[in-house]
Amino acid sequence: MTLDAHLVVRRPGFTLDVPLRAEPGEVVALLGPNGAGKTTALRALAGLIALDDGYVRLHDRTLDDPAARLFIAPEQRRIGVVFQDYLLFPHLSAVDNVAFGPRCRGLSRAESRRRADDLLTRVGLAEHAGKKPRQLSGGQAQRVALARALATEPELLLLDEPLAALDARTRLDTRAHLRTHLGAHAGPAVLVTHDPLDAMMLADRLVIVEDGRVVQTGDAATITSRPRTDYVARLVGLNLYRGHAEGIRVQVGGGFTLTTATPHTGDVFVAFPPAAVALYAVRPEGSPRNTWQATVTAVARHGDALRIELTGPVAVAADVTPAAAVQLGLEPGREVWAALKATEATAYPA
Amino acid sequence: MLPLAGLLIRAPWSTLPQRLTEPGVLAALRLSLLTATLATALCLLAGVPLAWLLARTTFPGRRLVRALVTVPLVLPPVVGGVALLLVFGRRGLLGGWLDATLGVTLPFTTAGVVLAEAFVAMPFLVISVEGALRAADARYEEAAATLGAGRWTAFRRVTLPLIAPGVAAGAVLCWARALGEFGATITFAGNFPGRTQTMPLAVYLALEQDLDAAIVLSLVLLAVSVLILAGLRDRWLGTS
Amino acid sequence: MRTRLPAALAAVLIAAGCSAQAAAGDEKVTVLAAASLTGSFDRIGELFEKANPGTDVVFSYGGSTGLAQQITAGAPADVFAAASPATMTTVTDAGDGGTPVTFARNQLVIAVPKGNPEGITSLAALAKPGVKVAMCAAQVPCGAAAQKALSAAGVALKPVTEEQDVRAALAKVKLGEVDAALVYRTDARAAAADVAGVEFPESASAINDYPIVALTKAPNRSGADAFVAFVQTPQAQQVLADAGFQRP
Repeated sequence: MTLDAHLVVRRPGFTLDVPLRAEPGEVVALLGPNGAGKTTALRALAGLIALDDGYVRLHDRTLDDPAARLFIAPEQRRIGVVFQDYLLFPHLSAVDNVAFGPRCRGLSRAESRRRADDLLTRVGLAEHAGKKPRQLSGGQAQRVALARALATEPELLLLDEPLAALDARTRLDTRAHLRTHLGAHAGPAVLVTHDPLDAMMLADRLVIVEDGRVVQTGDAATITSRPRTDYVARLVGLNLYRGHAEGIRVQVGGGFTLTTATPHTGDVFVAFPPAAVALYAVRPEGSPRNTWQATVTAVARHGDALRIELTGPVAVAADVTPAAAVQLGLEPGREVWAALKATEATAYPA
Repeated sequence: MLPLAGLLIRAPWSTLPQRLTEPGVLAALRLSLLTATLATALCLLAGVPLAWLLARTTFPGRRLVRALVTVPLVLPPVVGGVALLLVFGRRGLLGGWLDATLGVTLPFTTAGVVLAEAFVAMPFLVISVEGALRAADARYEEAAATLGAGRWTAFRRVTLPLIAPGVAAGAVLCWARALGEFGATITFAGNFPGRTQTMPLAVYLALEQDLDAAIVLSLVLLAVSVLILAGLRDRWLGTS
Repeated sequence: MRTRLPAALAAVLIAAGCSAQAAAGDEKVTVLAAASLTGSFDRIGELFEKANPGTDVVFSYGGSTGLAQQITAGAPADVFAAASPATMTTVTDAGDGGTPVTFARNQLVIAVPKGNPEGITSLAALAKPGVKVAMCAAQVPCGAAAQKALSAAGVALKPVTEEQDVRAALAKVKLGEVDAALVYRTDARAAAADVAGVEFPESASAINDYPIVALTKAPNRSGADAFVAFVQTPQAQQVLADAGFQRP
């Protein structure tokens, strides 16, 4: 029960070209900014839009292959979908929503009902079975949507921004709940989200999509420590530069050189967290290998610290304590010295 | 509203009970209610799928079809009746064939009345239902598809309940229009008491001879339709 | 300059006066007439205008009953020509007209499609099974006349439709939806391109008189009287005879 797909969808001014593979029991997150093509990819997997090129194979069955003029309609694919705004049928009660799929798959009324009751119990909503969708809270509706998708015993489970419509508190609970159910699902699952936390908490593997293309793929640890695009770096909160390494010295453009801890040769990325950047009113003496003069462009709260955006030979973000900021008089236009220890800067091949 | 008041003031109230019990009145009323209801059913059967095609699919000539659907609104009903004769009449495009192979003739029959009324009333239904379909979120149909529902199942179990208020409103308009239909009916189905003489035809002919009788018939038609429409509105449209 | 302005003013005034005079001399006679008179009255109107230069005849045709209702409701008209004495009575009883004159008579024929494919030659032939017949409804004059003729002939006829007027009955023959219709001879003659008229003796018992009257509240009373008189002249009677009407 493996998903093996190469999704190619062409639209005026946009092309989606995403190879995608998910093993049984594996949860893959498609992570990317809005408009990257994530939802298009999901719809193509579900059969709601046809591919222009490539293929979708699930286990040993080809679902879409334009070259072979083969297209299986969505109702004939065994794919469960949890839609972004759930799309629970407003005229049916929760239990009838969940029983809808089994009924369509040919189960008897009683049997469908039994399965629906069972699933609602599993998602902890047994006492809400008779409610109409508009009477359910956001979190409850999300669970009903999940139960409805699982009720058809899908081979592949697709989730489109499953937590986006929820407030922060509900989101935490629902995420944990969703994690449990995803873990219990035997087939592959594909999750679409623009929230890195959702992706990292729920998925085994992340596929980063930007502008219709895969820019990076890997597990949460790899992605967070070694981003490969500005988008990913911003997501995980790292400063990221691309440059050319000669030993521990990396030319990052504009004649500026960063010194890193590990030697490399050739094209590399250099990444370091904002907290690793220290700011001084005057040029620091001694230990830091990297120091440069910079100008403050913006100051913003970031958790307990202040995040300072700086220009100079390279654009960089630095986190400082409020006390330090006051002491240095940090405000837009202020000239400071920035310092970065070589041991804090990670270099890895591009 | 004023013409209605005129009818009420001029009504021959003293002879009303006696006029109402005349057999022709009841026959015309019964025929009117029957044919308007059957015409509405016919419009639902043909109009809802047509509205679905117009709202949910693309096919060559769709704009033209949509324009054609509204033609009966613009066409003088008498011309509509002539058009129906040219198709279903004895020498019509289909009429001769229908007669020869199935032994079915439509002009001058109650079925002809139903057809004429349906022809004229159809746009009201199609336009209402198409509007409701466009307003309804098509993604519910997609959700149904991912749950294994074919197009027909998705339409029947998801789309139709979602657009039910629109369909009901269209059906009510359609029924009301069919009930008042005159021109196409008298042209296509003729006028024969008990068979094709509906209330509007009876009113028109009564007008030739006896204004009071015409007023009584009009009031009956008005009263019955207002009662039924008010009843339906409360039941179907009031809650949604 | 001083003399030219009054001169110009005078010219304008004279021009205005002239046109006002011309309008006053342009007499208008409004005639409400039964629909079956359409062709003949148009022609008679032309002749009347030729005989009375400066007079303008305006016709409004319609069902006699409807026209009668318009008159009693106060429609401004000078002359009313009806297709039946009964309709005329509703106008004269209401005091809207004086004593009517019968100026033409019409009688029924059997209208059949051109060439008479069913070979219909008598009223009795209409009662044969399988023959589809259109009649006027009993409420309208042509229907009443048809009932009279049928009972005179002792024929029990079951029409497929009772039309609201004679033109509608005739249209059903033209369209081929019925095999025959009982209509006025004048209507059958007007539709001679598609329809043939079969005469039958019993029609003599159901002759329809056409009365005409100058209306009491006529805006142009003298014009009304002149037109009523003109309709009875041999010149106008010839036009009516050509259309299939009989002399009273």
